Amino acid sequence: MKVKKKIKTIKVVADKCNGCRACEMICSAFHASPKYSSNNPERSRIRVIRDPLSDIYLPVYAGEYTPAECMGRDKYVLDGKEYGECAFCRASCPSRSLFKEPDSGLPLKCDMCEDDPSQETPLCVQWCVNEALVYEEREEEIDDGSEALGDMETGVASLVDKYGLEKILDTVARMSASRKD
Amino acid sequence: MRYAETGYNLEVDLSRGSIERVETDPRETELHLGGLGANAKILWDRVPPETDPFAPENLLIFSAGILVGTPAPSANRTIVSTFSPQTKLMAYSMMGGFFAPELKYAGYDKIIIRGQSPKLVYLWVSNDKVEIRDASHLQGKGAGDAAELIKKELNEPKAQIASIGLAGENRVFYASIEQGRSSASRGGVGAVMGDKGLKAIAVRGTKDVNIARPAPFIGLCNDVLNYIKFRSTHPIPGVPAILSGLGSPQEMAIHDESWHTENFAWGNARHRRKGFWTKEVEEDWRDTQENARERLISCYNCPMKCGATIAVPDTPTYMMKCYSKLTYAMGAMSDLKFGFKIAQQATEYGVDAFSAPQTMAFAIELYEAGILTDADMPGFPTGNEDRFYWLLDKIVRREGIGDILADGTYWAAQRIGKGADAFAHNNIKKHEQLPLKLGMLNPLYFLMYSTGEKIGITQIEGQFPQAPFNTMEEREEFVKDWFQVPDEKFKKYFLDWEPRGENSNPYYPTVEMSCEIVDWMEKMHYIDDAAGICAGLSSFPLKPPYHMHNYPLLLSAATGFDIDEARLSQIARRNRTLIRAINVRRGLRRADEKPPEDHWKKRFPELEEKLLDAYYKFKGWNSEGIPTKESLHELAMDYVSEDLERRGILKNEG
Repeated sequence: MKVKKKIKTIKVVADKCNGCRACEMICSAFHASPKYSSNNPERSRIRVIRDPLSDIYLPVYAGEYTPAECMGRDKYVLDGKEYGECAFCRASCPSRSLFKEPDSGLPLKCDMCEDDPSQETPLCVQWCVNEALVYEEREEEIDDGSEALGDMETGVASLVDKYGLEKILDTVARMSASRKD
Repeated sequence: MRYAETGYNLEVDLSRGSIERVETDPRETELHLGGLGANAKILWDRVPPETDPFAPENLLIFSAGILVGTPAPSANRTIVSTFSPQTKLMAYSMMGGFFAPELKYAGYDKIIIRGQSPKLVYLWVSNDKVEIRDASHLQGKGAGDAAELIKKELNEPKAQIASIGLAGENRVFYASIEQGRSSASRGGVGAVMGDKGLKAIAVRGTKDVNIARPAPFIGLCNDVLNYIKFRSTHPIPGVPAILSGLGSPQEMAIHDESWHTENFAWGNARHRRKGFWTKEVEEDWRDTQENARERLISCYNCPMKCGATIAVPDTPTYMMKCYSKLTYAMGAMSDLKFGFKIAQQATEYGVDAFSAPQTMAFAIELYEAGILTDADMPGFPTGNEDRFYWLLDKIVRREGIGDILADGTYWAAQRIGKGADAFAHNNIKKHEQLPLKLGMLNPLYFLMYSTGEKIGITQIEGQFPQAPFNTMEEREEFVKDWFQVPDEKFKKYFLDWEPRGENSNPYYPTVEMSCEIVDWMEKMHYIDDAAGICAGLSSFPLKPPYHMHNYPLLLSAATGFDIDEARLSQIARRNRTLIRAINVRRGLRRADEKPPEDHWKKRFPELEEKLLDAYYKFKGWNSEGIPTKESLHELAMDYVSEDLERRGILKNEG
């Protein structure tokens, strides 16, 4: 069955980016716990891929986690500027350090600042005074019943990919045993 | 847990090759906040006044202001403090960019460098891992080239790098420390870095910066951001376009340079060129700028766009701040094409864009006056622009005449003799200044130039308009939403200020008013420099988003200390007084406190003495400009008066 779904999107107007990285800062602050109690761009779910001398400023959002490394490492040349491997890719993947919690290595994913309380527009858009990031909504028809993995499940899945299910189960068992003491 | 600050300094001794991570005392933070104030305390405690700037005992401190790395917009300043080879006094030069936030995220508030490395090295700071690495392969490389090479060899494209070029390596007295789109250029801090054998510092950090009271803090930051948006659509009427908005002067965005090119002095700070900005010139300069400018760019967490990426034909792409756009062009009596081209080389060599072109124009004047001859300058080209390239090369290599010119106009004039000192006319305390020559003495600027410890006539103004408005209607309109004033009386001072007649310069603002206005403006700078907030959003422009009323709230919420307006004023005064004491201990006295001799045509010696007397008193200093025992006691700095007494600088009258 098809259902209508509101899709939230952010249009990235890279030409307007001044490279300030306020988006990274505010994203990490908003997702800190408690909110705004700390910030650290490394925890951000948006990163600006920057190469100032080549005039490359490309804000990219964290998308799905993937355990796979890509076969190729494509390069794109646009208007004479060469964008390095993976520049446009949103995945948190084994090929690069982007979109991983610095402490745990767990994958990060943009949630459009929907956690509690849900923001009118994502914080990065609110803080991008130069309008390089523009919030947009549209409706799309999608298949019903598709269930996205929750944050925790995605995290555990990535650990399973990295260490194997058995090792994870062992670790969880050991941790729960030690807490009983 | 420590809030806003990390609570750790990195202590690096390059003579011994040792690295220590040292926890700092939070009580010092309560007294001085961070940044400039904290640096001053370290220099007072640890560098005896006899220390030569090029001695291993001199320290070179890279400090992040206390709000750096927090969500506060434009909290990105690195405050570099040391002792200047040129002025022999404390140098504090600052840069925006991305270095200081990265340092905070790596877990440090400061890097304190002492000693001298026997061979050229660079420092690599990656969170807890810190290494001193060989830099012999980077010797002679441009500041920007070296940074790119370091990023490649570390395989860390996200590392932020502060580096020196050839000028720093060769201890040119006005060598800068470059950092991508920013630089700490004033006071010769790059020369001290070169003297220490330190080519660069690379930093990468992935840790958190914590906030004590997150909810009120983010609310205040949002207010700041919203006011920036408001000001971008509400420029201030009645002032030149360049003064109507926020940020540094928008040199990169605006091509109209009629104000600078016709009002500022060309050559060796000599010639006003009224009528220079013709339609033809305007078209040529506009095309040059628009073709060269790839993008307007900012520093970390700042919505402004004060810098630009510049690409001109046959020249590598580089990043420019603001006013260097004009200093070379005007120093050489040339045009913008030349300015953009030579600034690329100068940035790679790493020199200050005020002192370097000024010193080169000074050399050309000496040559034209016959004081320097072909014997002194074998091979000196005949073409004007070629001469500038030639001089720049000689200076950064300290070759031939370049070795003398590398010390700046004051020391060069001493060494050259033959009346050369009359040509070194645009200095304060031996330091070259913005080439600006005006008519009538302005009492506010007289005090700022004479007494400012920053020893620069740029970026010291701010809150109070530079000139009176013509009509009362315009003035009333201006004060209507002027909530930044710390006291309502400042509105009245401005309303009563007339372009002509009794209430005009130099006798109005009166001596007393001048003291209060200058003290307010200076105070805002000292707060910015401790907080690490860019002056471009605070102490420099009119009606800024940071001011005396929200600063205490922001600092309290970020740090968890309870800081009200009175206490913040006290901290600013303490830091300001401590820097004065540091310089007094190194010999600074009233006789040194003067503007460039020909800055104004009309001078008023009696009034100037009165201004100094009153201002010193206002500041709690004696008639020589030395902080009194009582004022030091009020600021909880008895240790300073004891030291000054021991040295016989302050007389023990108790």
